Amino acid sequence: MASISRHFFDLGHLDDLAGASTPLHRLDPRAKLLATLVFIAVVVSFGKYEIAALIPFFVYPVFLISVGNIPFKCVLSRLVLALPFALLVGIFNPLIDRAPLSHLANFTISGGWISFSSIMLRFVLTVSSVLALIAVTGFSPVCSALLRLGTPKIFVVQLMLMHRYLFVLLDEASKMVGAKSLRTFENSTGGLRIYGAFTGSLLLRTMERAERIYSAMQCRGFDGDIKRTLPAEFGKRDILFLCGWSLLFLLLRAFNLPLIIGQILTGTM
Amino acid sequence: MHMADALISPAVGGIMWGASASLIGYSCKKLKDNLDDRRIPLMGVLGAFVFAAQMINFTIPGTGSSGHLGGGMILAILLGPHAAFLTLASVLTVQALFFADGGLLALGCNIFNLGFFACFIAYPLIFRKMCPANSTVNRLYAASIVSAVVGLQLGAFSVVLETLFSQISALRFSSFLLLMQPIHLAIGLVEGAATAAVVQFVRQARPEILQPAAHTALPAALPLRNVIAGLLFAALLAGAILSWFASTHPDGLEWAMERAAGTAELPTPTGRIQTFLAELQQRTALLPDYSFTGTVDSAQEETPSWPAPDAGTSFSGIIGGSLTLIFVVVFAYALRFGCRTQQRS
Repeated sequence: MASISRHFFDLGHLDDLAGASTPLHRLDPRAKLLATLVFIAVVVSFGKYEIAALIPFFVYPVFLISVGNIPFKCVLSRLVLALPFALLVGIFNPLIDRAPLSHLANFTISGGWISFSSIMLRFVLTVSSVLALIAVTGFSPVCSALLRLGTPKIFVVQLMLMHRYLFVLLDEASKMVGAKSLRTFENSTGGLRIYGAFTGSLLLRTMERAERIYSAMQCRGFDGDIKRTLPAEFGKRDILFLCGWSLLFLLLRAFNLPLIIGQILTGTM
Repeated sequence: MHMADALISPAVGGIMWGASASLIGYSCKKLKDNLDDRRIPLMGVLGAFVFAAQMINFTIPGTGSSGHLGGGMILAILLGPHAAFLTLASVLTVQALFFADGGLLALGCNIFNLGFFACFIAYPLIFRKMCPANSTVNRLYAASIVSAVVGLQLGAFSVVLETLFSQISALRFSSFLLLMQPIHLAIGLVEGAATAAVVQFVRQARPEILQPAAHTALPAALPLRNVIAGLLFAALLAGAILSWFASTHPDGLEWAMERAAGTAELPTPTGRIQTFLAELQQRTALLPDYSFTGTVDSAQEETPSWPAPDAGTSFSGIIGGSLTLIFVVVFAYALRFGCRTQQRS
């Protein structure tokens, strides 16, 4: 349980980081969101055996993390937490795909190991860019970007509400779990009946809370819309950020930079 | 069973985004038709509840492991299919953004796999049919378990298909299927039981809470039309925009052949983008004889089975790759340093 609550505590940490004020934080959230989407689409569009050409793409997450002043450790710890599924599926590649694909000195590397490394590289690139995006933007600005990009209002409004109450409910659940574990023996989580009553109580509390929130919101004039101050117009810097990065991604997609550098250095070109 | 960005191709990701986006649009429209403001905060807070409920576990008898609530079924039972789908979609969005569970491109896949089957198939076609209002506890358990199992089996099957079409994983269809379906059978049984236990408690304590969802109109017909329209649109888009990636950069065997031959021999580029890129590539001073239509070693062309591994190219790739990595690290430190001195001054 300790690990879960620490995990959830970290959730607030990303939002705290988003409160900083660097040039990157001040950009329009739409520019950052779209640039990240382009980045991910380009990264996953590579062939399954590509490794070298993916490496230059580290420049984007590294740029976000460095300029946004985000601790590398914060992104790394989340990467590890998210690893299992990609690792589980990827690890079969070396077992199944044993055809030799590359020679290095006396070692023969099979296609499976190459595609496995490629999957892991893609994983690190895509996940770290999304984490960095949230850490330099914050959740509410991402939501307003979604709204302005045409996502239905109902969806965005309840997304924002959910994010707000996430912290409150997690706190409540962890208090309940703590109180129960103080009154039971170690490792006794209880059977299904106790579970039903326990989770059910949390659910009832949640719904009562929703009622209170609704009344409070109505008192303040809620009409199905959360009023937000409109972000500034999409400025020159935002356009430059979006177009500049997109262009770089496409160029890196078209030219295999590491291979070119390697060929120049080894004189094989 | 969250799909990860690392395992899907842009075409599959794009198509599933289209399908999920059209379902979100459809659900929003349905909710707007009989909009009750009260539902919006309820949806948001219940979404947060799904997260919180994952902290509470129960022991699965005889196994020593523990299970918890999944989310899809309980939301559908409490909110009805449309609102539940939207809530689940936002839960998955938060998971993708904050926990890096799944990814931004894979979000469409995840919303479809976990939301569509639970809310639009398992709940209306199984749960509501098997468990009408005031049915017995046993019926509730049976309905809940069967619908959770069916929902998750379909979702897991969809994960297998998406992985298969993406062609990143080397896992064969049958082996991946054998891996995924049994795991999700177990997860479905546990989730169904957990859902039923919670619903039973709520039925006893506050029966009126379950009334509104039980009386919401079910989708008259499955929103298949929307799904198919979304899929088609996204497929066309993916075909138009992304196909040139595929044609200029063949993957797998062809890629290997190309590397081994030392030239980028490609299927005759016909599109305008290809021609443009070809010209661009030819003009760059760095690549004087890197020709798209360069002659391929005839011996290589005759034996297209598996290429003779070429140490030279691998070596260049590794040297160049390491150097690029070093550049990136230096770049990172330079940026950090630059930002800090700027802050100090």
